[in-house]
Amino acid sequence: MIALLVRDLRLAMRAGGGFGLALAFFLIVVVLVPFALGPQPERLQDISTGVLWLGALLACLLSLDRIFALDYEDGSLEALATAPIPLEGVAAVKALAHWLTTGLPLTLAAPVLGLFLHLPAEGYLWLTLSLALGTPALSAIGAFGAALTVGLKRGGLLLSLIVLPLYVPTLIFGAEAARRGAEGFAVQTPLLLLAGLTAATLALLPFAAAAAIRINLR
Amino acid sequence: MSLWEYANPKKFMATSGAVLPWFAVAAGLATLGGMIWGFFATPPDYKQGATVKIIFIHVPSAMMAINIWAMMLVASLIWVVRRHHVSALAAKAAAPVGLAMTLIALFTGATWGQPMWGTWWEWDPRLTSFLILFLFYLGYMALWAAIDSPDTAADLTAVLCLVGSVFAVLSRYAVNFWNQGLHQGASLSLDKEENVSDVYAYPLWLCMAGFFLLFVVLLLMRTRTEIRLRRIKALEARARMTDA
Repeated sequence: MIALLVRDLRLAMRAGGGFGLALAFFLIVVVLVPFALGPQPERLQDISTGVLWLGALLACLLSLDRIFALDYEDGSLEALATAPIPLEGVAAVKALAHWLTTGLPLTLAAPVLGLFLHLPAEGYLWLTLSLALGTPALSAIGAFGAALTVGLKRGGLLLSLIVLPLYVPTLIFGAEAARRGAEGFAVQTPLLLLAGLTAATLALLPFAAAAAIRINLR
Repeated sequence: MSLWEYANPKKFMATSGAVLPWFAVAAGLATLGGMIWGFFATPPDYKQGATVKIIFIHVPSAMMAINIWAMMLVASLIWVVRRHHVSALAAKAAAPVGLAMTLIALFTGATWGQPMWGTWWEWDPRLTSFLILFLFYLGYMALWAAIDSPDTAADLTAVLCLVGSVFAVLSRYAVNFWNQGLHQGASLSLDKEENVSDVYAYPLWLCMAGFFLLFVVLLLMRTRTEIRLRRIKALEARARMTDA
């Protein structure tokens, strides 16, 4: 399983695409917001945590279809399905690799982009923490969506349509935690709910993803 | 005699064809009767005036919108566990009806909210949950439409329905956490002191029964259509085999 993780990470690095692309997309979304809403610092400060969470979520969505698609096309997914490790483990490792190449860089980049949106000083810690807790759930849910649509020729748009409604609870708790943190309120409740959600998706969704892959490989 | 006999498409077609006209008549009587009773034979509310009568469409459609998803969940489970094709096709056939019910509930709610709350839309938990439910229906139907192989489509949509149900419930409570609402609480409960007045409750029960029967009729009709489509495909495939 570690070998699989290393292989996936290496592929993501060498292919170039996913890794930098999600970060660039995140940057562009954040840069576009002041153009759409005007440059007043107070207004940007009000919406900063929400925009950063939404931007990270959309950037995460962008690279989801790469989780299984390339392996499905060249047949290595079938090899993985017959490998001695359980398919559930493969799905979990793939989600982890996606998080390491997308969620983690996004989390680390978010405070820097927060500067552009005049994020209040108290917000940095909570924004980073909420993203660190929430993005693994985004990767796990995304891996499930990618597994559902892997057999489709043009699955990209459908993948978004299926995955975005599933992202609603994560976004609510994550953005709420970051917002409360930035405004100086208690963050414990949304943060704990977010952590619980992430733990549950990480534990359960690899099974659903593996079931979907088995169906698609039949 | 067991329920599983109807997993046989032939048996299902025969029985559903026989009961369909009766259900159709009952659905028509209950829906029309309930609405005529509700629209013309109930007094206007002292505060809401005649707009209160939107309840006779809004509440039954909202109830069905949720229950149709629950029915799809049960049908998907039966398909996953027992591999009965009729069950998978029934789930497929129910989705557009559920989508329509969700739209009707949202639309009638907006029509009522405009004069009463002074707004067409408010990010109230119930309203927001319904919008999310609408998106779930869309995703489910889009997945059915996107996959060519019927068995793969049935399997994948069943998995989506199971996972989606969990997330739909999660979203419902997450949305509650996110914003407090304008929407009134439950007022048709059996165990509460304060409910909607009987003047409105009786025609409302009739409308709810009517919408339920209407759903059964539409479900049977649409499932029968799906089965016939399957048969046509099978016949065409057989014809191609004999030609070749």
